[in-house]
Amino acid sequence: MTENLILNIKDLHVWYRVFGGYLKVLDGVNFTVGKGEKVGLVGETGCGKTTTMKAILRILPEKDSHIPEGEILFKGKDTLKMRGGELQRVRSQGIAMIFQDPTAALNPVFTIGTQIQDVIKYSLASHKEHKEPKGAPKKEKELVRDIAMRVLKEVSLPDQARMLHNYPIQLSGGMRQRVCISMAITTQRDLLIADEPGTSLDVTIQDQILRLLRELVEEKGTSIILITHSLGVARELTDRIYVMYAGTMVEVARAKELFAHPLHPYTLGLLASVPKISGGGIAAGIPGRIPNYLNPPPGCRFHPRCLKAMPICSQQKPAFYEVESGHQVACFLYKR
Amino acid sequence: MAQEILKIKELKKYFRIGKNKQGPIYVRAVDGVNFAVKEGETFGLVGETGSGKSTLAYTVIGMYRPTAGEILFREKSIGMEASKRPLALKKDMQIVFQDPGSSLNPRRNIRQILSVPLKLHRQIRHDQMDEVIVELLQKVELPPDYMYKSPPSIGGGEKQMVAIARALAPDPSLIVLDEPTSALDVSVQAKIITKLIDLQKEVNLTYLFITHDLSLMRNVASRIAIMYLGKICELASAVEFFQKPLHPYTRMLLSSVPVVSEEEESLRPKKIISTGEIPSPVNIPTGCSFHLRCPEKAAVCSKDDPEMREMSPGHFVRCHQFPTNLVESSHSDAELLKDSH
Repeated sequence: MTENLILNIKDLHVWYRVFGGYLKVLDGVNFTVGKGEKVGLVGETGCGKTTTMKAILRILPEKDSHIPEGEILFKGKDTLKMRGGELQRVRSQGIAMIFQDPTAALNPVFTIGTQIQDVIKYSLASHKEHKEPKGAPKKEKELVRDIAMRVLKEVSLPDQARMLHNYPIQLSGGMRQRVCISMAITTQRDLLIADEPGTSLDVTIQDQILRLLRELVEEKGTSIILITHSLGVARELTDRIYVMYAGTMVEVARAKELFAHPLHPYTLGLLASVPKISGGGIAAGIPGRIPNYLNPPPGCRFHPRCLKAMPICSQQKPAFYEVESGHQVACFLYKR
Repeated sequence: MAQEILKIKELKKYFRIGKNKQGPIYVRAVDGVNFAVKEGETFGLVGETGSGKSTLAYTVIGMYRPTAGEILFREKSIGMEASKRPLALKKDMQIVFQDPGSSLNPRRNIRQILSVPLKLHRQIRHDQMDEVIVELLQKVELPPDYMYKSPPSIGGGEKQMVAIARALAPDPSLIVLDEPTSALDVSVQAKIITKLIDLQKEVNLTYLFITHDLSLMRNVASRIAIMYLGKICELASAVEFFQKPLHPYTRMLLSSVPVVSEEEESLRPKKIISTGEIPSPVNIPTGCSFHLRCPEKAAVCSKDDPEMREMSPGHFVRCHQFPTNLVESSHSDAELLKDSH
């Protein structure tokens, strides 16, 4: 089982340094992604989804973040211990990330072509494990251009040759997101991290983007982590879903199983809050708000908002209890 | 039947963005919209980005002057700018914006924010102010000590609650809700929506609810209109809308909505693969504006713009697949639509 894992995060803690102490954002995150698996990571704003992903790629602000504990094993190697070249190879060939806001992810003063070709040049250079000499030979220039045209075609953008000369501002939101996806597939990656790829887009465009991502990862056998706050979106695309709350994983199950038998009180509250197209009104939501990370509540971080809280919940941190094969819940209600 | 509080007749709003040899170039943001909102109901207006739904809301509230057409509020024409509207009318119509972070002044505390409409519209004296503000905060379930907090120090959901309290302050009869929850998480959204529904029952408010979230509409609105490129393409009661969607665009939208249960999945219409994007409102396609993306288009679609037809009582659709009225026009909406064509 362990050999098949692309990514294995063990007991990860991430703190941010702020005035007055540390924000203890991640509190023992365990997370695995298998080869070719589509994993969803669902949680509300501020629950640490993006922090987890940034920790994988080591793009957290270096000065202000602190990782006291934890391991991030990417293909068996700990990215937290990697340095320089090795880390760059992971970034250029191993893992690609698609960000939430394509407008902010693309540089407005360079053309799409420049930006895609930079990515390709960079990964080609690190592939050869030597620095590229100034003024690449013409042959390579053509090669880079061909790859750029190919990836643009793969994300079904029309008129690729002209597209290379466009600036981001000339494209619509959906097209910009396609450009960002094309950059992520310039080389064969092992893992794609999509951070809310459709959130800033309309439903029909979001549907197109999700369909494109599914086709791409299934065709290439890439693993994907889909970060989203929408349970519906996760259900459309993924095989297995992690539910995250305030820096801890609260539930993990196969997608079908999670929606058929949700167990954790937080997951239940979240599911009840989602408006249904079958009607029937909306539940009252979850009382309270996400805790302050400077002094997070002791024990289970959800207990101040939990309707089924017991005395033990404020004293001890619940472990993952396996209810069924593959369905684990971090809640004392399911302790055996 | 409930009285019509707001009636919109053939409303158009164009923005001039430049000119060429043929004359001025316009963005046709709202291009001939007709509907009526009844007293005490929630009228849902759904559309993608760029469909003109926010422009319509802002025109209703008076931020823009309509280019053509009429807006009737309680039978009186109000197609003028906000600055020319009588104060009593402004008191009756309020708006809640999408992003509470930018619609509330961060330099002012909540007491200051809420006291402006109270002074202006209800002539509350200084010594009674605190009492009235505490009452208002109670209505939206915020503790009284929030009075002296400033917007940046409270959460997104709470900020939106303050914005709602501000809209409630002058005792309006119509509130325009411009995507009030799309910037918030679902658990917070649920809280705000439940509160809005409670408030509506308490004081018989009318909502013009604008959103892009169809599944939210299903649970909130009594009637729903879908907008595409400045025009309404389908209008029906919420139940009928989801059970018998007629327009291909509506079916495309509905089949793209992400759902969370098998039961809902069975309710979705057969998958229509969505293609293309909404065209620019500067160059609206000839004929039916949707024909470029429509999977069921015919030759006529690129030539003629279809007319609004009533297929069953209260269910209107604008598509060439439905060329004739199936209902004798007795309904008030039908009369309204008939005048315009």
